Amino acid sequence: MIKQYETVFIATPVLSETQMKEAVAKYTDLIKANGGEVVYEEDWGLKQLAYPIQHKTSGFYYLIEFKADPQFVNVLETQYHRDERIIRFLTVALDKNSIAYAEHRRQVRAGKAAAPKAEEPVAAVEAEVEPENVEE
Amino acid sequence: MAAIENNEIRYLNPPTVEVRKKKYCRFKKAGIKYVDYKDPEFLKKFLNEQGKILPRRITGTSLKFQRKVAQAIKRARSLALLPYVTDLLK
Repeated sequence: MIKQYETVFIATPVLSETQMKEAVAKYTDLIKANGGEVVYEEDWGLKQLAYPIQHKTSGFYYLIEFKADPQFVNVLETQYHRDERIIRFLTVALDKNSIAYAEHRRQVRAGKAAAPKAEEPVAAVEAEVEPENVEE
Repeated sequence: MAAIENNEIRYLNPPTVEVRKKKYCRFKKAGIKYVDYKDPEFLKKFLNEQGKILPRRITGTSLKFQRKVAQAIKRARSLALLPYVTDLLK
């Protein structure tokens, strides 16, 4: 059985750009190696944390949306636990509403990247999603 | 006395009749089906200044979506997108 998931992890801010890319590649490869499929990736960049984690006040956020077997989530999370570069992670299963939302969000963001000033006719809430994340 | 005899009560100040705006669930109204934990700016509308979740009686959210909002806020907190405790959030 294949389900769709979404995982966000926070990596330590001490990583260089290449190290961060390595870390991301490790997890995307892990997903692919276990018969999963990466649907979408999103780099949020360095963000301030709302509260310190392991004495760190900022971190690199990275979002991966993927399809995989439910048992794979355990594999992924053990890897997160063992990885010292990862200070926090969250994996969420997506249902049909959240998949629709994620797709919509992707389209809005793709549209924004192309034409940053274009006002998109979206539901009020979703419009507010965007500016915050883009700026960071 | 004259006023009462005329069967007419007069007030010095016209009585203010409070018309309370009916609360509504913004999710139902806008047709939103999923509350995103990745959007802290939106979730802040459901928090007070200390970062506590506001009750339904204040926000007017329906029970179904209050549960989803609460879940999203808790996820955002664990990802350090929102604080667990704070002062002067807004």
